[in-house]
Amino acid sequence: MADISKEQVKHVANLARLALTDEEVEKMTKQLGDIINYAELLNELDTENVKPTTHVLDLKNVMRKDEPRDWISKEDALKNAPDQKDGQFRVPSILD
Amino acid sequence: MTNFETVIGLEVHVELKTNSKIFSPSPNAFGSEPNANVNPIDLGYPGVLPVLNEEAVNYAMKAAMAINCEIATDTKFDRKNYFYPDNPKAYQISQFDQPIGENGWIEIEVNGEKKKIGITRLHLEEDAGKLTHNDDGYSLVDYNRQGTPLVEIVSEPDIRTPEEAYAYLEKLKNIIQYTGVSDCKMEEGSLRCDANISIRPVGQKEFGTKTELKNLNSFSFVQKGLEFEEKRQREVLLNGGEILQETRRYDEQTKETILMRVKEGSDDYRYFPEPDLVPLYIDDAWKERIRAEIPELPDARRERYVKELDLPSYDAGVLTSTIEMSDFFEASIAAGADPKQASNWLMGEVSAYMNKHQIEITDLKMTPEALAKMIQLIADGTISSKMAKKVFAELVDKGGDPEKIVKEKGLVQISDEGQLREIIVGILDANEQSIIDFKNGKDKALGFLVGQTMKATKGQANPPMVNKIIKEEIDKR
Amino acid sequence: MSLFDYTLKELQEKLHNKEITVSDLVDASYTRIHEVDDKIQAFLTLNEEEARKQAKELDEKLGSDASILYGLPIGIKDNIVTKGLRTTCASQILDNLNDPLYDATVVEKLKAENTVTVGKLNMDEFAMGSSNENSSYQKTRNPWNTDYVPGGSSGGSAASVAAGEVFFSLGSDTGGSIRQPAAFCGVVGLKPTYGLVSRFGLVAFASSLDQIGPLTRTVEDNAHLLQAIVGQDKMDSTSANVDIPNYSDALKQDVKGLRIAVPKEYLQEGVNPEVKEAVLAALKQYEELGATWEEVSLPHSKYAVAAYYLLSSSEASANLARFDGVRYGVRTEKRVDMLDMFKYSRSEGFGDEVKRRIMLGTFALSSGYYDAYYKKAQKVRTLIKNDFEKVFEDYDVIVGPTTPTPAFKVGEKIDDPLTMYANDILTIPVNLAGVPGISIPCGFSSEGLPIGLQIIGKHFDESTIYRTAYAFEQATDHHNRRPNLGGDLS
Repeated sequence: MADISKEQVKHVANLARLALTDEEVEKMTKQLGDIINYAELLNELDTENVKPTTHVLDLKNVMRKDEPRDWISKEDALKNAPDQKDGQFRVPSILD
Repeated sequence: MTNFETVIGLEVHVELKTNSKIFSPSPNAFGSEPNANVNPIDLGYPGVLPVLNEEAVNYAMKAAMAINCEIATDTKFDRKNYFYPDNPKAYQISQFDQPIGENGWIEIEVNGEKKKIGITRLHLEEDAGKLTHNDDGYSLVDYNRQGTPLVEIVSEPDIRTPEEAYAYLEKLKNIIQYTGVSDCKMEEGSLRCDANISIRPVGQKEFGTKTELKNLNSFSFVQKGLEFEEKRQREVLLNGGEILQETRRYDEQTKETILMRVKEGSDDYRYFPEPDLVPLYIDDAWKERIRAEIPELPDARRERYVKELDLPSYDAGVLTSTIEMSDFFEASIAAGADPKQASNWLMGEVSAYMNKHQIEITDLKMTPEALAKMIQLIADGTISSKMAKKVFAELVDKGGDPEKIVKEKGLVQISDEGQLREIIVGILDANEQSIIDFKNGKDKALGFLVGQTMKATKGQANPPMVNKIIKEEIDKR
Repeated sequence: MSLFDYTLKELQEKLHNKEITVSDLVDASYTRIHEVDDKIQAFLTLNEEEARKQAKELDEKLGSDASILYGLPIGIKDNIVTKGLRTTCASQILDNLNDPLYDATVVEKLKAENTVTVGKLNMDEFAMGSSNENSSYQKTRNPWNTDYVPGGSSGGSAASVAAGEVFFSLGSDTGGSIRQPAAFCGVVGLKPTYGLVSRFGLVAFASSLDQIGPLTRTVEDNAHLLQAIVGQDKMDSTSANVDIPNYSDALKQDVKGLRIAVPKEYLQEGVNPEVKEAVLAALKQYEELGATWEEVSLPHSKYAVAAYYLLSSSEASANLARFDGVRYGVRTEKRVDMLDMFKYSRSEGFGDEVKRRIMLGTFALSSGYYDAYYKKAQKVRTLIKNDFEKVFEDYDVIVGPTTPTPAFKVGEKIDDPLTMYANDILTIPVNLAGVPGISIPCGFSSEGLPIGLQIIGKHFDESTIYRTAYAFEQATDHHNRRPNLGGDLS
């Protein structure tokens, strides 16, 4: 049985940049634990000599030519920006 | 008193100068207005997909081959996950366990000693955007740089002194520039360097705890930062302290390294294979095609200059310091210039001119052919070395044909012996006292007579010939 | 008879004979939407002004060479990017994305065929869910009984077609998100072979599993819509360079001699008796049509759900990381520093199920767990893919139920993720193997809810799927039943 602790949930939430309330941490610990326990089912299988599948089709070397193409304007680039200044996207700074 | 040994590893990022970005068709250009070279792919819009630029792979292979890496046959891209405003997808497409190049090396020379520095790997990835921090509590993001193809070159921990680190960087830059895949301009960020440094008591096998230096803006700051860090670590250990795994930056004003942050454990980037890009299979034909495009590299050229052109090793080193200089040199000797003379001009007047005007050799108005012709004119006595300086001044400023310049400026040297003898006899007749002085051992008197002759010929007399004739005429009296 | 009772081919004839106009078609669509969408809640955004304007233009320039889709109103799932038309993925974090700046490749292709986009369809947030209850805006209802869910995540796509609001729609399928709602709503829904339809402009949930596909009233319509959206795309590296057949040609052939495999794992306990009965009846029908069927085994089926949730959530954790409140979308209004801006924008913007999957995926990829969870799941994926390949050595298609049960009630499973996930047990293996699968109506439960028959084919063999589906459809009457919603279509 693999369990997941509240501390692990908090650590993972931080990696995923999610602010979880205590209540959410509690609930998530239980639900993730259930799902992960369920996933333990996979350990019934011996996959020692099995290759992992990343791509279901066997494609290789898909590339494009080095040709630049105009697409959107500078104005469009910023069209949906939540905050902007001087043609750039604006974000709050890091507090040290 | 414990003796310590220093261990340095360098991570160098080099931007590749393809026409378009690595995973999107945006132009890859430096110095545009903010966010002018971006498209929905660069901005990480919902639903966009990356498509690999073939030239970025070719360039990465070229760089990897030039630093003696083995090229992977099977390689792929992975996602490196981290949040930061300049990283629009919150993952960087990079290469994790199958880099395009591995197990390379370059040779450096410090104080006459040659040493091989191993290269662990070279991998291909995308550059991030640029975040500028303001004082008002906000930062601004420009995504023009996002998606610029980048290679990361990681050295083995083979470097033992800050001086070696400097030499490694110079050499690496030199080689990459020769391949033509990058400008390697630190001031424009097309070459960037992070350094890891640790020290350990001599004889100890395990590495000490390392600190990482970031934001190093020049090779000499890399060296100075490492020198400071080496000293700081030694003092900490000698005082019974402990080195912490830290990221530090070098402050150019105080000439000290300053703590940025202490690392807690290792970063968890959650790498996994990029499902949006299919694997690369690089067969031998592809590898050979790229290998054939790599020009002769600096070490090979240097050796050839010494062996085949009889140049001093010092000259060969200077001439091969950039591919532009080396190409200029080769073009001028191909046009008939004497190698040593061409070398003297390039290392002397030409370099001085470039330094003074802060320009590159490719910006010169003077062509290699013009330099060759000018050297020819000196060799056949048409102009004196002194005149040549005037011709050179004209050539570098305005370009043109040295022969024409010589004619237009009336710089042709008088080498007609009869004509010179006639002038000199007249001067000797008018300066009896100088002849007496010379005969009495006053060498200065000869200089005076030569000066008089030059004056009389408006500086166009052939100086060695003037010397010879004056001596002959004095002997006759 | 309503316009919605005609096939695409019949409508096209009427257009050319001037019996109807494109404006009539678009009008019929909006009339129906205004009539029933209060109940169905299929649409998130309507494109009415633009669509009516476009209809007029299309009426003017109708030529004899017009495509079979000319002027037909279509609904687009809200995770398919439409330039100038709001695209939210049913998530608050994209609530303000009124212009995503570009068109998905499938949307460009539909524009070339001159279809008319009437609006964007509701879904589970970021396609994560099987009931549409995970939409942050509204719960789409099953047109056959509005107490029931329409399925998900393409619930809006299936319900809108079933309710006669559009002639057809596009959905996306990562673990059953087209087929399961098609089954629940009694329509035809195809998940194409991975790589057949470009994913460029499909907001990624799990990149290695996602495919866009058509939802339609009939098999024939489905083939026509698929024809319009397939093909290699230079903007999608994972799209395949394969010869594209004419899918409607396949409909002309019968199923005599067709070899059908029926996985015993797909009819095991857990499958509702009525569903099982309907599937067995369908197999009997196939026998009568000259096909043969045998029981086979897909031995790794029971591992599919676990492998799927690990893989899809891992990919999703990276795919959804870009929603950070910096370049587009909604940023938290809290005055915070950079780190908290990320955290609060994402926590306020994402719903519970999305957070749960991001958490699971982040965990499965995190240091120390990667091999045990992510890589293990990738290996199990290989075993599942091999299962299919082996069966397809001897059989033309695999047939079984699309879902273990008919539609469930709104609210019935929402609090239990694992039970909800189990609903996809019969559709998930198809995505893991990358093969194509369709769901077609094959009967009704005693409560009057549709039951779906799933037909699975070999890689890029959509033609055989269509042939198999069409033969059954023509021999039965299920597809002609209509939900009772009042109005013309009742």
